[in-house]
Amino acid sequence: MAATQVIRSEWTKIRSVASTLWTLSLAVVVTIALGMLISALSKNEFDNLDEAGRLSFDPTFISFAGMSLGQLAMIVFGVLVVSNEYSTGMIRTSLAAVPQRATFLFSKIAVAALLALVVGLATSFAAFFLGQAMLGDLRADLGDPGVLRAVIGGGLYMTLIAMFSMGVAAMLRSPMLSLGILMPFFFLISNILGNVSATKKVGQYLPDQAGSKIMQVVTPIDDDTPYGPWGGLGIMALWVIAALVGGYVTLKRRDA
Amino acid sequence: MIELAGLTKRYGEKVAVNHLTFTVRPGVVTGFLGPNGAGKSTTMRMILGLDHPTAGDVRIDGKHYDQLKDPMKYIGALLEAKAWHGGRSAFNHLLCLAQANGIPKQRVHEVLDTVGLTAVARKKAKGFSLGMGQRLGIAGALLGDPRILMFDEPVNGLDPEGIHWIRNLMKTLAAQGRTVFVSSHLMSEMALTAEHLVVIGQGRLLADTSMADFIAQNSRSSVRIRTPQRERLLDVLHGAGITVVEAGSGAFEVDGGKPERIGELAAQHQIVLHELSTQQASLEEAFMRLTAESVEYHAHSDPAAERQLGVPPDEVWGRGNGWRKG
Repeated sequence: MAATQVIRSEWTKIRSVASTLWTLSLAVVVTIALGMLISALSKNEFDNLDEAGRLSFDPTFISFAGMSLGQLAMIVFGVLVVSNEYSTGMIRTSLAAVPQRATFLFSKIAVAALLALVVGLATSFAAFFLGQAMLGDLRADLGDPGVLRAVIGGGLYMTLIAMFSMGVAAMLRSPMLSLGILMPFFFLISNILGNVSATKKVGQYLPDQAGSKIMQVVTPIDDDTPYGPWGGLGIMALWVIAALVGGYVTLKRRDA
Repeated sequence: MIELAGLTKRYGEKVAVNHLTFTVRPGVVTGFLGPNGAGKSTTMRMILGLDHPTAGDVRIDGKHYDQLKDPMKYIGALLEAKAWHGGRSAFNHLLCLAQANGIPKQRVHEVLDTVGLTAVARKKAKGFSLGMGQRLGIAGALLGDPRILMFDEPVNGLDPEGIHWIRNLMKTLAAQGRTVFVSSHLMSEMALTAEHLVVIGQGRLLADTSMADFIAQNSRSSVRIRTPQRERLLDVLHGAGITVVEAGSGAFEVDGGKPERIGELAAQHQIVLHELSTQQASLEEAFMRLTAESVEYHAHSDPAAERQLGVPPDEVWGRGNGWRKG
C-alpha cells in the first residue's frame, strides 16, 4: 500500500464534501473581518491609552485579533475531517480499502493539515495587511523585526489548532462530543485559565495560550512568560503530537 | 479462499462469535446463514480486519487482511447498508476508494455502469434509495475486480427487481470462478443462490455442508393420503407395517413413506384414493429446527441465565405448558 495512493484518495475525500469549503471559508472571513474591525477600533482608542498601553501597543498582534473566533471554524474543520468518517459509517469502507491504520490516519491528517496550512498562511497574510491598512499611522511593516515571524506564525497557529482538533476527534470519534469539548475550551476556558492570575502559571501552557505567543511582536510590560515565540509554538506542537498519538492508539486498538 | 480458524469475538461476557472454523472456497456461492444476532456481521467485519478477534485467526488467500497489498483487488465487500459519506457523490466515493488501491479511474465508470448508477453518479449519495445504496455498495465491492466477494445481507429491503438482480450477479460472479460469500437470515433466499452453506447460531458453527446435502438431510418428506374408504385403507397399511398419522381434514400422513408402495397396496385391495402426494418439509423449517437446537443447547448449558429469568428452562423456550395450568 503506497502512501501516495492513500494521500491522493484522502485529497479526493476532502475536496468532495461541502463541509471543507464552508468551514475553511468561515475561518478566512471571520479571522480577517474581525481583525480589521478590531484594528480600526484600536486606532481610534490609541489616543486614550496611557504611557504603558502605548509602549506595549502591538499592531501586528492586533490585526490577528480575529483569530480567537476564526480558530473555532478551524476546529470545526479539523473535527469534521476525522469524525465524518465515523458519523457516516464511511470508516468501515475506508479501513477495508486501507487496512494499515497508521497510513490511513496520518495520510488523512497530512492532507488536511497541508490544506489548513495553505489557507492559514493566506488568512494570516491577508489579516495582517488588511489590519495594518486599518491602523493607518500606527501600522507595522512586514520588514520590521519579528513581524514576518508573527505573520507566518499565525498560519502555523491555525494549522496546529486544526491538527489538534483532528487528534481529539480521532480519540472521541463523535463530532458532537469533540466540538462540545473543544469549542467551549478554546473559546472560554483556556482564555480564563490563561488570564486569571491564580491559574496563569498553568494556563499559559495550554495549546492556544502557548501557541499564540508566536503572533506577538511587542512584549507586554510585566510579561514573565517563561518561553519565547518559538518556544510557545513548540509547546503547542507537543500538544498536537500528544493528541495525534492518542488518536492513533484509539484507532489502532478499537474496532471500527 | 477465506479460511477461519477458531475465530472468536467476545464483548465482555457475551460471546458474539464462538470458535468458528470453516473455509469459503472459490467457484461457488457460499451462503452464510443464521438468525439475526447470530454473529454473521461480526464475522465478516473480522474477515476485513475491521474488528479485532479475541482469539483465533482468519486469512484471505493465506494472508491476514492487513498484509494484502491493495486489498480491494483481492476481496470486495458490501457491508451493512450505508457505509459512505452522504454528502459525497457516488462517483467521488468510488474514486477515493479506487485511488487508495491504485485502481484506474476508468474502472469507476465501468462499475457505475455495471450497477446501473451512471445517470446519478454525480448526485450526492444521501438522496439515494435503499436499492441505489446497495448498488453503490456493490459497485465498491466490484471496483478492484477481486477474486473474492463478500456481501452482508445484500437483499435486505430491496424490491423484487433488485433482489433478482443481486441473485443473478452473485451466480455470475461464482460462475467466473470467484469466491462468493453471502450472508442472510433467510433460508429461502439461500436456497435460491447458494451451493454451499455455512449455518451459525449464537456464534457457533451449526452446519458446513453443500446445499444438496443440507436439503437431503433436513427435508423430512411424508406421503399425504385421502380416501373415502378410510377404515379399509388403515387396515391395509397397518397390515403392511406402515404407521399412519391423522393430518386433519380427513387426510392421513405417512412419515418417510414411498407413494409408489402405498399406491400399489391401495390398488391391490381396490381402494379408491382421492389424493396421494409427497410432502416436503420446507428448508425454512429445517433451518429453524437447526438454529432452535442451538438456542436450546445454549440455554441448558447455562443454568445461571435461566435462574436470572426466573422460569424453568423449558418454559423459556415456549415448550413447557406448566404456566397454563397455573
